[in-house]
Amino acid sequence: MLRKYLDRVKPHFEPGGKLHAFHSVFDGFETFLYTPTSTSSSGVHIHDSLDSKRVMIIVVLALMPCLLFGMYNTGYQNFLGSGMTEFPFWSVMAYGFLAILPRIIVTYVVGLGIEFVVAQWRKEEIQEGFLVTGILVPLICPIETPIWMLAVATAFAVIFAKEVFGGTGYNVFNVALVTRAFLFFAYPASMSGDHAFISANPICGLGGHVNFADGVSGATPLGQVATTVGDKLHLTNIVGDPLSLWDAFLGLIPGSFGETSTLCILIGAAILLFTGIASWRVMLSVVAGGLFMGWIANLCQTPTYPASMLSPVEQLVFGGFAFAAVFMATDPVTAARTTVGKYVYGFLTGVIAILIRVYNNGYPEGAMLAVLLMNAFAPLIDYCVVQANVNRRMRRLKA
Amino acid sequence: MAEKINWKTVFFNPFSKNNPVIVQVLGICSVLAVTAKLEPAIVMGISVIAVLAFSNVIISLIRNTIPTNIRIIVQLVVVAGLVVIVDQLLKAYTYDVSKQLSVFIGLIITNCILMGRLEAFAMANKPWPSFLDGVGNGIGYTIILVIVGFFRELLGSGTLLGYQVIPQWCYDHGYVNNGLMILPPMALIVVGCIIWVHRSINKDLQDE
Repeated sequence: MLRKYLDRVKPHFEPGGKLHAFHSVFDGFETFLYTPTSTSSSGVHIHDSLDSKRVMIIVVLALMPCLLFGMYNTGYQNFLGSGMTEFPFWSVMAYGFLAILPRIIVTYVVGLGIEFVVAQWRKEEIQEGFLVTGILVPLICPIETPIWMLAVATAFAVIFAKEVFGGTGYNVFNVALVTRAFLFFAYPASMSGDHAFISANPICGLGGHVNFADGVSGATPLGQVATTVGDKLHLTNIVGDPLSLWDAFLGLIPGSFGETSTLCILIGAAILLFTGIASWRVMLSVVAGGLFMGWIANLCQTPTYPASMLSPVEQLVFGGFAFAAVFMATDPVTAARTTVGKYVYGFLTGVIAILIRVYNNGYPEGAMLAVLLMNAFAPLIDYCVVQANVNRRMRRLKA
Repeated sequence: MAEKINWKTVFFNPFSKNNPVIVQVLGICSVLAVTAKLEPAIVMGISVIAVLAFSNVIISLIRNTIPTNIRIIVQLVVVAGLVVIVDQLLKAYTYDVSKQLSVFIGLIITNCILMGRLEAFAMANKPWPSFLDGVGNGIGYTIILVIVGFFRELLGSGTLLGYQVIPQWCYDHGYVNNGLMILPPMALIVVGCIIWVHRSINKDLQDE
């Protein structure tokens, strides 16, 4: 039926049709729904079954565990904070679903809207690059980020981090992280602190009011670490019970929507690695870099920098480090592309993330800034690797 | 040298077609530094107009006696003298603004626009056209400064020239000033947007 409808309206979008000005939009919808009928007209083309659309969809699938768990956790934190003692699974899930849904919709509408307009304007086909970005953005932002801020930041990132560089595949910086960085620097009060990470109000009759004055603290583990005074770390959940590493691994802690559960991130990582979409070299070396720097920081721990009292494993489990290692650093567009370059890029990303986290008291989490910084250096790393290779071969030629 | 200099071109070209900031991309540093608020941006613009106009005239008057080898030094001495005068005047009459501008008035000395105009125009032209060229380029610089300052103060602080512009009910409904606008990176992006708009109007400036 859909096919019939598309065939019926198609002539309007052909050159000469009255709606020709919108042919990119039509094209985008048609190829999204069906395999295009057009075939190549010149020469032999080698087709891989893995086109960019399929890659995007697998990444979105890999993000699903984080998304579902994020829903549960959002509801769980709200129920816990508002003093409830029972956590019926479906109402908790429904609460989280209703909390995140408007954010996902707004991100997609704003981002895809801009992509469609720009593609139309340049008379190009619509690229599907925003499919992943649109789901990443709500996942890496605190749940209480006002929706209009999300819209502004998405628009900013899509225009200035992606379209001005030439659109999907040409961006220097990870678009989702630019969105978050924009929010982080433009609206610091709404993006950090104790209240941003807990959804505090009931939605459609579900959940309850979280009363922060009433001894409930919504600080994330890293936020608590950053404000620790003295030489003992004492991490608690939002109602003041002690927090174990296992809780943090499962993800029942306050944090940005989709990054709290290291377990779900690992499931996502397994999907990405099994399908060969993300580079295991980058993932491995980010983790290695994080462990290495966490170990060094832990060796020379001092109360001046409270985060240095975390063990290397805790460094990996708390905050957005694992999410950044699996879903952000591995972005094939912005990461280094040479084999050696990937190791260097990943390792430095991990080291810098922990470095910022531990030695800069202003930023409790450094993974975002580390990935963005290394995005800027990735081309340089690749250049050095290629040049080294060229020089080595030249020497061999002379010898 | 150029027999007939059309004073209109000399004066009006730097406004748009040959704008020192968005076409020649000079003096970007001070554009980033002083435009967080509109008021210092305007004061900075006027200071640059004054320094540029008078240094152009002075250099133009003595252009035939300056030995070529040390011309940069002579130019710097003239500019530095004028900048010190402007700095003292600002301190005397608009102390608050001069505190906001801090070192950037002093750094007019190193502003590329000045050296550029002195080298390219004043060294080869008579005083009157040089004066016009100085004022024209100064105004071209000021226009950009004011546009950038306008957007940064409006979006970053919700004020213009210190007066609250964005009404309180916006804040009551959850509007928050954009803190990034106060930081230098956004100045660069605003300048980029101005160049974008300017280039799409003046197609002849676009590079292939």
